[in-house]
Amino acid sequence: MTDPVAWIVLLPLFWATLAFVIGPEHGGRLAFAGLAVQLALALTVAQDVSGGAVRVHSVGGWDAPLGIELLADGLAAAMLLLTQTVALPLALYARAYFRVHPECGRYFWPLTGFLLAAMNAMFLSADVFNIYVTLELVGLAAVGLVASGGGGAPAIVAALRYLFATLLGSGAYLLGVALLYGTYGSVSLSVLAPLVNENAPAAVLLAAGLMLTGLMLKTALVPFQFWLPPAHGGAPAPVSALLSALVIKASFYLIMRLWLTLYMPLTVPAAAQLLGMLGGAAILWGSFMALRQAHLKMLVAYSTVAQIGYLFLLFPLVTQTPPETVQSATQGVVMQIFAHGLAKAAMFAAAGAVILSTGHDEIAHLGGISSRLPLTLFTFSMAGVTLMGLPPSSGFLAKWLLIDAAISSRQWGLILVMIVGGLLTAAYVFKVLRHAFLKAEQSTTFRRLPRMLEWPAFILALASLLLGLRAGDLVNLAVAP
Amino acid sequence: MTWNQALPLLVLASSLVPGLIIFALPERRRIMRTTLNLVGASVKLLLIGFMLWGVTRDEQYEFRHAVLPGLELVLHADALAMLFVTLSAALWFLTTVYAVGYLEGSPNRSRFFGFFSLCVTATVGVAMAGNLFTFFFFYELLTLSTYPLVVHRGTEKSLRAGNVYLAYTLAGGAVLLTGVVWLYGLLGRVEFVPGGSVSQLAPEYANQLRVIFLLLIAGVGVKAALVPLHGWLPQAMVAPAPVSALLHAVAVVKAGAFGIVRVVYEVYGVEFTQSLDLLTPLAIMASITIIWGSLRALWQDDLKRRLAYSTISQVSYIVLGVALYGPIGTVGGLAHLVHQGIMKITLFFCAGNYAETLGVHNVSEMNGVGRRMPATTLAFSIGALGMIGVPLTAGYVSKHHLAEGAYAAGAEWAIWVLTASSLLNAAYFLPILYRAWFMRTPETWPHEHVERRGRLETNALLLGPPLVSGAMIVIAAVFADSSWSPLAWAKLIAAREYLRWEN
Amino acid sequence: MSTGMIFALAGAALFVTGVAGLVLQEHLLRKILAFNVMGSGAFLVLVGLGQRSGTPDPVPQAMVLTGIVVSVAATALALALARQLFNLTGGMRLPRKAPDD
Repeated sequence: MTDPVAWIVLLPLFWATLAFVIGPEHGGRLAFAGLAVQLALALTVAQDVSGGAVRVHSVGGWDAPLGIELLADGLAAAMLLLTQTVALPLALYARAYFRVHPECGRYFWPLTGFLLAAMNAMFLSADVFNIYVTLELVGLAAVGLVASGGGGAPAIVAALRYLFATLLGSGAYLLGVALLYGTYGSVSLSVLAPLVNENAPAAVLLAAGLMLTGLMLKTALVPFQFWLPPAHGGAPAPVSALLSALVIKASFYLIMRLWLTLYMPLTVPAAAQLLGMLGGAAILWGSFMALRQAHLKMLVAYSTVAQIGYLFLLFPLVTQTPPETVQSATQGVVMQIFAHGLAKAAMFAAAGAVILSTGHDEIAHLGGISSRLPLTLFTFSMAGVTLMGLPPSSGFLAKWLLIDAAISSRQWGLILVMIVGGLLTAAYVFKVLRHAFLKAEQSTTFRRLPRMLEWPAFILALASLLLGLRAGDLVNLAVAP
Repeated sequence: MTWNQALPLLVLASSLVPGLIIFALPERRRIMRTTLNLVGASVKLLLIGFMLWGVTRDEQYEFRHAVLPGLELVLHADALAMLFVTLSAALWFLTTVYAVGYLEGSPNRSRFFGFFSLCVTATVGVAMAGNLFTFFFFYELLTLSTYPLVVHRGTEKSLRAGNVYLAYTLAGGAVLLTGVVWLYGLLGRVEFVPGGSVSQLAPEYANQLRVIFLLLIAGVGVKAALVPLHGWLPQAMVAPAPVSALLHAVAVVKAGAFGIVRVVYEVYGVEFTQSLDLLTPLAIMASITIIWGSLRALWQDDLKRRLAYSTISQVSYIVLGVALYGPIGTVGGLAHLVHQGIMKITLFFCAGNYAETLGVHNVSEMNGVGRRMPATTLAFSIGALGMIGVPLTAGYVSKHHLAEGAYAAGAEWAIWVLTASSLLNAAYFLPILYRAWFMRTPETWPHEHVERRGRLETNALLLGPPLVSGAMIVIAAVFADSSWSPLAWAKLIAAREYLRWEN
Repeated sequence: MSTGMIFALAGAALFVTGVAGLVLQEHLLRKILAFNVMGSGAFLVLVGLGQRSGTPDPVPQAMVLTGIVVSVAATALALALARQLFNLTGGMRLPRKAPDD
C-alpha cells in the first residue's frame, strides 16, 4: 500500500488530473507539493537500492506475464532521482513564468504531470511492452506541451514534426517487441535477457535494429535530429527545459538499458562504433550549428543535439571491452546524464528569464545582462561550465570517467572527439557570455524579474557544480546492484 | 575534522568566502567591499604564516576528499606548496591594496573583486594541490576565474584578447587533461611525492611516459608562456594593471611554471626524467623562450607589452632551472619563482601608476618621469636592475645560481643563454631608466589624472605597494643567506627532490 | 506456412507501407492514415507471430488492445493538431523546412 515505487507513478497522475479539473491558477501549487513528495519517494527508492535491495512491485497484485511489474534497480533509481530533482525547481520557475504569460500555461500543469507519471513508469518498467506504452505516453505528453505553449503556426508545425517523429520511432519499437515476443514468447526483460545469445535468430537481430533505430529517432541522434531544434527552441522556456533536460534522456535510458541488459550478446563492435561515430558527428554538427545561431534558445537547443552525442560514446566503450572500462563508461554516462539534465534545465530557465526581462533573445543584443541580470548570467555561466566539462562541475567528472574508459580500451579517437567537443562547447558558451559583457544598448529595457524566475535556475546550475564535488554516491547507485 | 585537516581548507576559504559575498554586494558598498578584501587578504597571510611555522616543526597539514571512489581532492602543505602559497598570499595582499586605489571610480567593482578573489582561491589551490587531479582541478578554475578579469573593461579589444586567452588556455587544459587521465590510468593515483612516483612503472612504458610528459608540459606550458604557446600573454595586457600584475607575477604564469616544477620533480622525479632524456629538450625550449621573449621586448613601445614579453622570457628561467640537472640549477629556478614574482609585480605596479597618474602608456612618453614620480621610478629602477641581474637585487641571486647550476650540469651553453638574456634585459630596461631619470620632462603629460598632493606623487594606495615590493627585492638579496629567505627555502626543497645525488 | 506466419508477413508489409506513407506523403491526413496503417501492421505481426501451438495466446491480444488504445489517442492528438494548423494557415501540409537561423 505504501510502496514508493507505485506511488511515484500514481502521485503525478493524481495531481495532473486534479490540476486539469481545478484550472491553471492552482496547478503550480499542486505540482510543487506533488513533486516534493515524489522527490522524497525517489530518495527512498535510491537509498533502498543503494543498500542492495531491488524493489519489485506488481501492479494490482497481478504478476507477469499478464500483469505489469515495476522494478527499481540502480539505473532506474538514478533516473527517477534526476527526474524529480530537475522537475521540482522547474515547477517553481514555471509558476513564476506563467504568471507573466498565462496564455502559454493553460495546460502546462496537467500535461507536465502526465509526462512525469509516464517517465517514472518508464524507468520502472520491467517488460518491453510496458516500455512501449510509457514511451508513447511520454511522447504524446511532450508533443502536447510543445503545442500548447502558444506560438502560433510555427509551434504547431514543430509539434507535428515532433509527433510524427515520435510515432515513427515508437512504431518501429513496437514492431521490435512483436518480433521478440514471437521468438521467445515473453516480454519480460528478466526472462528475455538470459535467452538472447549469439545464436539468436534473424528476427531478434531485426528486432534489436528496429527498437534501437526507433529509440534513436526519439533521442534525436544525428541524422534524426531534425525535429529537436524547432521543438525545443520554439517552446516556452519551462517546456524547453523539461524536454531537453529530461524527456530526451528517457529514450536514451531505454537504449542504454536494452543494449546493456538485453542485447549485449548480439552487439558487434561495428554497430557500437557506428553509434559512437554518430555520437561524434552529433557533437561536431550540433556545436557547429549552435555557434551559428542568432537566437539564444535555438543555440541552447542545438547544444542539446551536441550533448546527446556524448551519451552515445557509451556504446563503443562498453562493447567487448574489459569490465573496468564498462564500469567507468557506464558511470561516466550516468554522470553526463545528470550533469546535462541539471545544466540544460538551468540554461533554458536562464534563457527564459532573459526573454521575460528584455523581451527578446537575440544574442547580438544581449549587452548589459552582466550588470542588470547578474544572477541569471551567473546561472548561465555555471551551466556552461558543466556543459564544457571543466572543473568543478559534474560535467568534468563525466568527462574524466569517459576519457578514462577510452584510454583503458585504447579508443583514442573518442578522446579526440570529447576534447574537440569540449572546446566547441566553450566556443558557443563564451559567445553568449561575451555579448552579455558588453554594455547595454540604448533601446533595451530590462524588466525587474521576480525572485522565483532567477533562483530556481541558479539552484539547478549550482547543483550541477556541487555534484561535481561529491559524486561517489551517485556513481555507486548507477551500477548497483 | 582536525585542525591540521581544516587549515588548508581555511586558507582557501579566506579568499573564497569574501569573494562570494562581494559578488552579492551592491556596487555602492565600497567600504564593505574594501574591508572584506583586506580582511580576507590579512587572514590568509596569518593562516599561511601559521602553516609555515607548523611546517618547519614537521606538522602535517593535509585535507582529503573523495570526489569519486578512488579519485581524491588533496590539499597538502609541503615545502614546495608553501613556497608558492606564501608568494601568492603576500603579493595578493599588495595587489588588493593597489587594486582598490587603481579602480576607484570604475564601474563593476563588485564583479571585479569577486573574480579577483576567486582567482586567488584557485591559485592557492594550485599551490597546495597534493595530487595531479587536484592540480588540474584548480588549474582550470584559474582559467575560468581569470577570464572575466581580462575582459573586465568590456571593450572590443578586451573581448578579443579574452577570446585569444580562452583559446590558448582551454586548448592547453584539454591537452593537460588527456595527459593526466592517461597517467592516472597507468598509475592508479598520482600523488605529488619528492622524487616522483612514475619511476615505479616497468621500462616498457617508457615511450608512453615520454608522450604523457609532452602532453603534461604542453598543457601547463600554455600558462607558463613557453614559446610557441605564449601568444595569449601580450594580448592579455589589455586588462587593468592590477590584473596584469596579478596574472604576470603571481597567478597564471607562475601556476604554469609551478606545474612544470611539480611534474618534473614530484610526478616523474628529476632523475627519472633525466633517464628518459627529457630534460635537455625542456632546457632547449626554455632557452628559446628566454631569448625570443627578450628579443621581442626590445621592439615594444607600449610599456606593458614590453613587460609582458619580459615575463615570457623571465618565467622560462624557472623552467631552465628545473631542466638543468643538478641541485644548484633547481635552487636557482625555484628561487627565481619567488624573485621574479616580486620583481615583475613591482614593474607592473609602476607601469600602472604611470598610466593612471599621467596617462603614460608608452616608453617614448616616459621622458623625465623620474622627476614627476620619483618614488615610483625608484621602485621601477630596482625592479629593472633586478631583471638585469645586478648585484644586491633578488634577480642577481637567482641568476647566479642558475649559471652555477648550468656549469655543474655540464651545460655551458646555458650560461651563454643567461648572459645573452641579461644583456638583452639591459638593452630594453636601461634606456627606460635613462629616459626616466635623465631626460627633460615634457610640457604636459598625455593625460594627468592625479595631481601631486604635497609629497605624494600619486594616490597613496598606488604608491605603497610598489615601494613595499621594491624593498622586498633588495631584502631578498641582502638576506639571501638567512634561513627565512626564498633562497634558503629553495635549497630545502631541492635537497629533498634529489634522491640519489651525492654531493 | 501457418496462418500465423501469413498474418505476420501481411503485417510486415502493412508496416513498411505505413512507414513509407508517413515519411513520403505530404498531406497531413495522409500522414495520419499512414501512421494508423503502420500501427495496424505492427499489431498484426504481434498477433500473427504470437500464435503458439494453435491455442490462442491471451498476452499478445492484451498487448494489441492496449496498443489500439494508445494508437487512438495518438491519432486524436494528431488530428487536433492538424485541425489547429488548418485553422491557422489554411493548409494541411507541413511547410518545407525553413533554413535554420
